[in-house]
Amino acid sequence: MSQSATGVGASVRRKEDLRFITGKGQYTDDINLKDQAYAYFLRSPHAHAKIKSINTAKAAKMPGVAGIFTGQDIADSKLGGLICGWMIHSKDGSAMKAGPHPVLAQGKVRYVGDHVAVIIADTKEQAKAAAAAVQVSYEDLPHVVDASKAMKSKAQIHDVAPDNRVFNWGLGNEESTAAAFKNAAHVTTLNIVNNRLIPNAMEPRAAIGAYDSGTEGYTLYTTSQNPHVARLVISAFHGLAPEHKLRVIAPDVGGGFGSKIFIYAEEVVCVWASKHVGRPVKWTAERTESFLSDAHGRDHHTKAELAVDANGKITGLRVHTIASMGAYLSTFASCVPTYLYATLLSGQYNIPNVYAEVDAVYTNTSPVDAYRGAGRPEATYVVERLVETAARELKLDPAEFRRKNFVTQFPHQTPVIMTYDAGDYGAALDKALQINDYKNFAARKAESAKHGKLRGIGFSAYIEACGIAPSAAVGSLGAGVGLWESAEVRVNPVGSVEILTGSHSHGQGHETTFAQLVSEKLGVDINNVSIVHGDTDKVQFGMGTYGSRSGAVGMHALSKALDRVEAKAKKVAAHCMEASENDIEFKNGTFTVKGTDKKMAFGEVALQAYIAHKPGFEPGLKESAFHDPANFVFPAGVHICEVEVDPETGHTEVAAYTCVDDFGNLINPMIVEGQVQGGIAQGIGQALLEGCSYDDDSGQLLTGSYMDYAMPRARNMPAVENFKLGFTCTPCPTNPMGMKGCGEAGAIGSPPAVINAITNAIGVREIAMPATPLTVWQAMQASGAKKAAE
Amino acid sequence: MPSITIKLNGKAVSGEVEGRTLLVEFIRDHRGLTGTHVGCDTSQCGACVVHVNGKAVKSCTTLAAACDGAEVTTVEGLAKGTELHPMQAAFKEHHGLQCGFCTPGMIMAAIDIVKRNGKNVSEEVIRRELSGNICRCTGYHNIVKAVQAGAQNM
Amino acid sequence: MENFNYHRPATVAAAVAALKKSKDGKFLAGGHTLIPTMKQGLAAPKDVVDLTAIKGFSGIKVSKTAVTIKAGTTHQEVATSKEIKKAIPALAEMAGKIGGVHVRHRGTIGGSIANNDPAADYPSACMGLGATIETNKRKIEADKFFTGMFETALKKDEVITAVHFPIPKKASHQKFPNPASRYAMVGVFLSQNAKGQVRVGVTGAAPCVFRAKDIEAALAKEFSAKAAAGTKVAAKGLLSDMHASADYRAHLISVLAGRAVAAA
Ligand SMILES: Cc1cc2nc3c(=O)[nH]c(=O)nc-3n(C[C@H](O)[C@H](O)[C@H](O)COP(=O)(O)OP(=O)(O)OC[C@H]3O[C@@H](n4cnc5c(N)ncnc54)[C@H](O)[C@@H]3O)c2cc1C
Ligand code: FES
Ligand code: FES
Repeated sequence: MSQSATGVGASVRRKEDLRFITGKGQYTDDINLKDQAYAYFLRSPHAHAKIKSINTAKAAKMPGVAGIFTGQDIADSKLGGLICGWMIHSKDGSAMKAGPHPVLAQGKVRYVGDHVAVIIADTKEQAKAAAAAVQVSYEDLPHVVDASKAMKSKAQIHDVAPDNRVFNWGLGNEESTAAAFKNAAHVTTLNIVNNRLIPNAMEPRAAIGAYDSGTEGYTLYTTSQNPHVARLVISAFHGLAPEHKLRVIAPDVGGGFGSKIFIYAEEVVCVWASKHVGRPVKWTAERTESFLSDAHGRDHHTKAELAVDANGKITGLRVHTIASMGAYLSTFASCVPTYLYATLLSGQYNIPNVYAEVDAVYTNTSPVDAYRGAGRPEATYVVERLVETAARELKLDPAEFRRKNFVTQFPHQTPVIMTYDAGDYGAALDKALQINDYKNFAARKAESAKHGKLRGIGFSAYIEACGIAPSAAVGSLGAGVGLWESAEVRVNPVGSVEILTGSHSHGQGHETTFAQLVSEKLGVDINNVSIVHGDTDKVQFGMGTYGSRSGAVGMHALSKALDRVEAKAKKVAAHCMEASENDIEFKNGTFTVKGTDKKMAFGEVALQAYIAHKPGFEPGLKESAFHDPANFVFPAGVHICEVEVDPETGHTEVAAYTCVDDFGNLINPMIVEGQVQGGIAQGIGQALLEGCSYDDDSGQLLTGSYMDYAMPRARNMPAVENFKLGFTCTPCPTNPMGMKGCGEAGAIGSPPAVINAITNAIGVREIAMPATPLTVWQAMQASGAKKAAE
Repeated sequence: MPSITIKLNGKAVSGEVEGRTLLVEFIRDHRGLTGTHVGCDTSQCGACVVHVNGKAVKSCTTLAAACDGAEVTTVEGLAKGTELHPMQAAFKEHHGLQCGFCTPGMIMAAIDIVKRNGKNVSEEVIRRELSGNICRCTGYHNIVKAVQAGAQNM
Repeated sequence: MENFNYHRPATVAAAVAALKKSKDGKFLAGGHTLIPTMKQGLAAPKDVVDLTAIKGFSGIKVSKTAVTIKAGTTHQEVATSKEIKKAIPALAEMAGKIGGVHVRHRGTIGGSIANNDPAADYPSACMGLGATIETNKRKIEADKFFTGMFETALKKDEVITAVHFPIPKKASHQKFPNPASRYAMVGVFLSQNAKGQVRVGVTGAAPCVFRAKDIEAALAKEFSAKAAAGTKVAAKGLLSDMHASADYRAHLISVLAGRAVAAA
């Protein structure tokens, strides 16, 4: 690593910030095209109903209306439906049961918020007013919103799945795991709900579709984490236009957290309709629509068991999980409760026997898909709640019980596919205990008690697999795409550098970190590097940003391309300095000839590459690379949370939080810390505040706005001096930067730490997330009543 | 249609608005200043915060017509030429933003907090007074640090 | 939201006249309830009569015995008023806990009271202090003003002009906010006047603000935190939703009343 102020390892201030702090960012809704019309989506007010008729005659005559389209129009134009890109096979070998997912409902609506019609008008207000005049006649059907009841419900959501079951999938060795439980000295069992969440990126989704009759091409501006994938799907599956006639631009995007990976009905309809009405069509979600129609996250209902032998060694782990898919299979929905979940159930531990069985079910709710962490938070919650509970039941120190079972030899093959490549879990635990000042917890607890508060402490030792993912491996597991990444390096004649990357930044700071890698490798000032992303007409094909992959995969591609630039530049330098290519050395931006004082700066070589006055090489200096990772990367670490509970009201505050992560080498520690802090805020949100709730009886979304869905705010986070981060480092062996992903770890590791702290504080075994004041108070009431009865 | 005149970032601007036109719509759609954002429809998120007559308000919950004659400052009006407002500079220096969507509202709210509470405003007060601004990215940690640092330079 | 005619009268009389002329008109003050309501389509008045340009519509006056707050005074003005902080500090504190500061910069006492949201804070102060609400037509005691969920004794063309709060010997406001909306899940405003009379206004817990008479009675016997906290409140008739069950709300009333006595 360099010691340069802008190279790898430096906390360089972000290059992209200037436009955001001055109000010059360009988000999709900030873009307005000439003559654009506005789309409004009429949504289903019913959880499950037959559409008997739709009458648009009156609405069509309303002022400003340019077009109204329904499922019939979509069917007539043979526009393909939304797809799920990951095939899962059930234990019996049958393929998952994917029901149709038209972009506008055909015959039936399956959740409150389902798209029934689109109304396009000169203004937003006109479109909305006309929507109110569309007459739809529905016939209610039985519905089910609770995943745990879906398989026994009268509701039949898709014809292909009579019991609402999408698949029944298993991973691991069922028999050996059963044997481990039979022989166990101690078994801990928990019934766990991983609460359903609504992602809530602060920028609501938006799209502008525009058809150009001159070029017969379409442009889509959209809030996407992966514009190329959007283009591929809209092209190949919806059949709207071939890829070279469809340009997808994801400009500045205001947060994604997974919810902007997926291809949604609204963006497809805007593109499609722009040709029909002959004008660009713009749609921006109102927050209420985001609540109803963004893909939600989590919603796992799990029976989890841990087997421990007489020596305190974990011998088996078994889960049965029912995972809600919502009313339709969203883009990557099926891989979340399977390969992103069950493969992490070994945690940081040496567990010889693991078995997971997963039933994925349809419910009459918004589709569920990846949300920050996707599957790994659910796995971590199961493992870390089990381990902490087992330690308490066995009267062992929870930190030492973990240590005793840590994996210590690498590479380590788990019973659930993954091969952990590197790590030192004990080191992270030691560091966390030290930062947290664990040995003085009792004193802090006594201090809290003086103020009438119950203090508790909870641990979470998470591991996750990210840097998604080796294409061949995921292909063999059912993925419909490869998960490599691409980069192109264009060196200009003046020596400035443009990077084109298939990764997409929506808050992660790529314009800075990618430039740091360039600066490090080419010795170019980062102000002479610009990063181009998010436009399919500019950037070669790429797979986008999710699964903490931009660093480990995207930067690896960039690193390869930079190596190629260096190799080519060496050739140019050799010709210019009349030396053998083998004698050229490159360091700190300067080419030298070994054993001489001849040298050329990188910029001079770039110029020579373009003016090409010296013969003997192909002009130009531009290289590209595609990189397919050899393995996932495995960030791991330890969270320690301390809470204070008000015993009278149940109100819980996070009094102190420690997190130690091993992300390998860090490109920009400031940005990494920011990712961790943001992720932990989402985890604290999940544990204490956020819970998406549908009404069983009506199927309506009860948490449909910020009035009822509690978002973490500044006061919900621990004070600056009590929120401490630390790092350990075992470099990742499969990429030259030695880095692991850091984007999701905070959200993955934190929920069990918080819940373990609350259960410790109030002395109960289980408590549901979100542990709101009501939930905590009720738990204390129940345990008090139980204690009184004993 | 009411005709209004607003002193927007120091310049008098006039325009016809409907009764229902919100201040944020006037700023974004009529004047093309898209730094002020809309993050919700229930007045909770604070992405739309601007200053009206020197006070931080939610422009999504204020009628444009009711601002006739008022002075309105948006995030675009903070920097003096290329010289950033100290609060803008502090957000960059302390990594107080990630996706940047909440940022204009945060910065406008932060300046208002410092104006009312002074340079040495405590962390406790900052956190309390940011209750009307939601950020999904940062976990607020660096925002709080940025506000404290920005306050020192204001 | 639906369009409307916007009026900005300079006098109360003109405002009332404008409203009377409209088939379907509404007064507007800070707009921090009315505008979100209109955005959701729950209100769609044809005429909106903005009261905030009326001369003399806002302001604070403190005498030896009472604090008078004009209807158009914002929550922030009340929260930061030096005179109110001296006369009834709990009232200023209460105003400082409404919403966030951006809301307080626009929301008004008149709008809050006229709206009578079951979870709003001002109604509890009116009940807890025994305020008198003055309109363009009459004076109404708080006990008779708040008549039901979002309902008050106001006539359609009646404008609140001021609220008079008698200065108590001691008072305290305790709020347990809803984790999502930050409105009161339960709020208790408690006061004791020079004669020793105790009033306990409770908001957030029921469809309409009310006085916790059992706690008042207990405190009349013995003004102690223990007496307040030890008085069980019946859960019957209280609100129950996903954030708080009726018995939890009942429990919180006692807890907050106890804390209010301790802090008063
Ligand atoms: C994000 C947010 C958080 C909030 N949190 C809280 C909270 O924690 N606690 C709380 O108590 N409130 C809260 N509020 C509500 C806020 O206090 C409102 O400002 C207040 O309830 C209404 O006052 P207003 O001046 O904005 O009235 P408006 O919205 O203008 O009017 C409300 C109603 O009162 C009528 N009205 C207004 N003035 C008069 C008058 N003088 N005479 C007769 N009728 C009149 C109007 O016709 C309308 O029906 C919150 C609001 C928001 C947006
Ligand atoms: S846009 Fe959310 S508060 Fe104004
Ligand atoms: S920086 Fe993304 S919401 Fe705050």
